Amino acid sequence: MSILVNKDTRVVVQGLTGDAGTIHGRGMLDYGTQVVAGVTPGKGGQQWECPDGTKKGQKVPVFNSVEHAARETGANCSIVFVPGGAAADSVMEAAAAGIPLVVCITEGISILDEVRIREFLEETKTRMIGPNCPGLITPGQCKVGIMPGYIHMPGNVGVVSRSGTLTYESVWQLTNVGLGQSTCVGIGGDPVQGTEFVDVLRLFNEDPDTHAIVMIGEIGGTMEEEGAAFIKGNVKKPVVSFIGGQTAPPGKRMGHAGAIIQGGKGTAAEKMAALEAAGVHCVKSPADIGRKMKEVLG
Amino acid sequence: MNLHEYQAKQILSRYGIPVLPGIVAETADQAADAFRKLAVPMTAVKVQTHAGGRGKGAIYEKDLKTLRIQGGVKLARSADEARDLAGKMLGGTLVTIQTGPKGRVIHKVLVAAGADIARELYLGCVLDRKIGKPVLMASAEGGVEIEEIARTNPSAILRQPFDIAHGLRPFQARLLAWGLGLSGDPFKQFCAMAHAICRMYVERDCSLLEINPLILTKQGQVIALDCKMGIDDRAIELKKQPEVAEMRDVAEEDPIEHEAHTYGLSYVSMDGNIGCMVNGAGLAMSTMDIIQLSGAKPANFLDVGGGANKEQVKKAFKLLLANPAVKAVLINIFGGILRCDVLAQGIVDAVKEIEVRVPIVVRLEGTNVEKGREILASSGLKLTAATDMNDAAQKVKAASGL
Repeated sequence: MSILVNKDTRVVVQGLTGDAGTIHGRGMLDYGTQVVAGVTPGKGGQQWECPDGTKKGQKVPVFNSVEHAARETGANCSIVFVPGGAAADSVMEAAAAGIPLVVCITEGISILDEVRIREFLEETKTRMIGPNCPGLITPGQCKVGIMPGYIHMPGNVGVVSRSGTLTYESVWQLTNVGLGQSTCVGIGGDPVQGTEFVDVLRLFNEDPDTHAIVMIGEIGGTMEEEGAAFIKGNVKKPVVSFIGGQTAPPGKRMGHAGAIIQGGKGTAAEKMAALEAAGVHCVKSPADIGRKMKEVLG
Repeated sequence: MNLHEYQAKQILSRYGIPVLPGIVAETADQAADAFRKLAVPMTAVKVQTHAGGRGKGAIYEKDLKTLRIQGGVKLARSADEARDLAGKMLGGTLVTIQTGPKGRVIHKVLVAAGADIARELYLGCVLDRKIGKPVLMASAEGGVEIEEIARTNPSAILRQPFDIAHGLRPFQARLLAWGLGLSGDPFKQFCAMAHAICRMYVERDCSLLEINPLILTKQGQVIALDCKMGIDDRAIELKKQPEVAEMRDVAEEDPIEHEAHTYGLSYVSMDGNIGCMVNGAGLAMSTMDIIQLSGAKPANFLDVGGGANKEQVKKAFKLLLANPAVKAVLINIFGGILRCDVLAQGIVDAVKEIEVRVPIVVRLEGTNVEKGREILASSGLKLTAATDMNDAAQKVKAASGL
């Protein structure tokens, strides 16, 4: 088993005909994901053709709206590659069409648009992953995202992270020590997220095939502290954690819009202390994540 | 992106929020003229900089030792006094707790009318990340930093979160006004202002909008005495705020950080000796962390981004090497969208174009890693390859000779 996505997930790609949509549409098909539809307003009725890779030449129907795509193809998951100015609207469109899981890859959505998305989603049953995230993957079954597939291996460690490339780093370390992953979720580095640590921790905790959890946090906000509180009260599975930004200066935004220490709050030290108090195995070095998990699992 | 006080006040006025009349001066004579034009018995002369803590800061000569004047906000009772104060402030370097030891050179002062202050309050709007909504905050303890109140007396901060779709509800404004102990006409003025602030926060894509202090005058007027306004950088990049974007003051920004920004790179200056170039913010932060753990210190944070092209990699590389403190460079790339071969070619091109005086350690992993390694190996350049992050950190520390 796994969480959120599996071999039965049927994916609609919003922005499939654009550059990013085409590159990653191909990548997802290549990995074996069921990419069943694309949406580009004004291009409905066209067929998108996979440009290269193992699925070269495979055609995917393009629709004008998510509602139409879902009706025709039974899509139950959307991935959004629409540029920043229009991405919020695309997420809302998918939610309004009843898509239960929307993965928003787009970076650079304005913060207040992210607030607007959250307000809109509160009225629906849709879960959003992201924005500004690498997506998620259940190794060997389904990739809804932009991560390199080959670094993953099916197994029983759940990975949740606010970062993209640091997630790849952690996964690669796990794979290299022989630990496969149940599902890896990149929740994104923005201040307002659709899905937070607590949400994913809860899902991993309930998933019988996830035996241990890697949680990768970073400076800024209080999501890690909330995760720690949840772990303390609910999670019996071992958790290994790394918090990025131990050397970051206060008041500076470290690349991610959400990675900033404000008014002395949101430091790596505070987060690590909260996690350790919850029984989490925190590593200081980002190179020790895989090794630590191996040690913990014995 | 931040605005100066005088710029923020221009926008406040447009939202009907009362501010005291003020004139910006760039020379001492202009400050004297401003005093005369305002035709009031007393004005404040206030340095204009994005850094907080102006009032308690000090202004120095270029040597950062010779004191010009204590305090970046001063009262003037005559045109001559305004000229004298502005003369000491302009061209000087203001050092406050927020500027760091290097301080900020002062190019502008605001000459603003004074007021008879009865009470100093606080009113501010920020994003509450925990609930994902903007929140309007008010406090009866104005004039001090809100972080300070949050630390010493958190119950003195009143909070009203609101939905963007609906805006602040009238009852929420009333709750804050009662909480501040206002009544009569000031009560009404405050409520109108609370609504205006929330509207401005949303319409101008603010990341921070803070009026501190918000004063109640002895004559019963509620006025914004100072204003801090930050704009969401994404809204600027998406061209949603063209008017505010025009107000950008490049002189207030770190020149290297600004240059990086124009290339679409994310850069933060640090004070160590190991230059780093990494893709992805999380990996870039943790690369800094592992450099520190190895016993060396990072010279910068640099995220070349997920979709970097060859040109950007070249620019990034030049930027790193422009810092004279850099003794060695660590390139740590986990290729996802950014393919390792593209990055490798960027490095090779950059190194061939510019004179490289320091050792370079490269760690590559991810999409097209074999091609990338091949490009580096066959380039004939002197690069040290690392197998993982630990190895990379150890090698770059050794290479730096520190």
